[in-house]
Amino acid sequence: MPSKNKTIVNVEPGKQELYIIREFDAPRDLLFRAHTDPNLYVKWIGPHGYEMILREFEPVNGGKWSFIHKDSQGNEFGFHGCFHEISLEQLTQTFEFEGYPGHVSLETATLEELPGNRTRVTIHSVYQSVADRDGMVQSGMEKGVREGYERLDDILTGMK
Amino acid sequence: MRRDVFQAIADPNRRAILALLAQQRLTLNGVAENFRISRPAVSRHIKILKECGLVVVIPQGRERFVEARFDKLQEVTRWVEQYRQLWEEKFNRLDALLEQMKKEN
Repeated sequence: MPSKNKTIVNVEPGKQELYIIREFDAPRDLLFRAHTDPNLYVKWIGPHGYEMILREFEPVNGGKWSFIHKDSQGNEFGFHGCFHEISLEQLTQTFEFEGYPGHVSLETATLEELPGNRTRVTIHSVYQSVADRDGMVQSGMEKGVREGYERLDDILTGMK
Repeated sequence: MRRDVFQAIADPNRRAILALLAQQRLTLNGVAENFRISRPAVSRHIKILKECGLVVVIPQGRERFVEARFDKLQEVTRWVEQYRQLWEEKFNRLDALLEQMKKEN
C-alpha cells in the first residue's frame, strides 16, 4: 500500500549535495534499529529484484560496512564505507560504489522525533564533485534501474 | 566534455540566461546586455547551452536569435523522479518492517 508519507528528494542544480526526506509512523528507536540491526537492515535497503548480501556490518563509531547487490543474472554490485558516528539522533557514514572507485560520498541520516510517536529521517549526501552527484542521481544507483529506464526510453521513442 | 542537461544548468550564469530566454527570444547582443560578464563569455555559455540542446540559434536576416528549448529540461526532472522512486520503494518496505516491529514490541 502506498504511504501517505511522501518521499522528498531535493537536488539543486550545480551543487554537490542532495537531500532525501521522509517521515515514518513509528518511534525513533524502531527507525534506529531498522538502520543498525543487520537482519532488519537487509529487509529494506536493497533495490527491488536484487539479492542483498552483507559482507561486513559494524554499526559503531569507526566500524565498517560492506554489501553486495546481486541481480538475477548473477551480476554483483559492491558498495562499502565506514561508520563515523552512530547515535540515536544521527548516523554518519561514508559510501563508495565499487564500480566507480575513488568517488566517495559522505552521508548523514538524521533521525528526528516528531509528535505522535512519529520520526522524520533526513539523509544528506555530499559528493566530491557536482559531476559525481549528478552521476549518482542519473544512474539511479543501480545498473538494473538504469537499464529498465533505457528500455522504457526505447519504448517511448518507439511510440513517438 | 560532458554535454547533458545537468552540465547545462550547473552554472549560475547559464541558469540566468535560460531564465531570461524563458520570457522571450533574444539576439546574442540582447542576451549579453543583461549580464556583467563579457560578450565572449556569454557566447561561450550559449554555445554550451546549444550543445546541451537547451537553446537553438535561429538566423534571421542579419541577426541571430537565441531561443530556449525547455522540453530538454524534463530530462532532469525525470532522472530525479526515478531516483526518488528508488528511495520511495525502499521506504515503503521500511514502513512494512516498522509495522511488524511495532506488533512485536
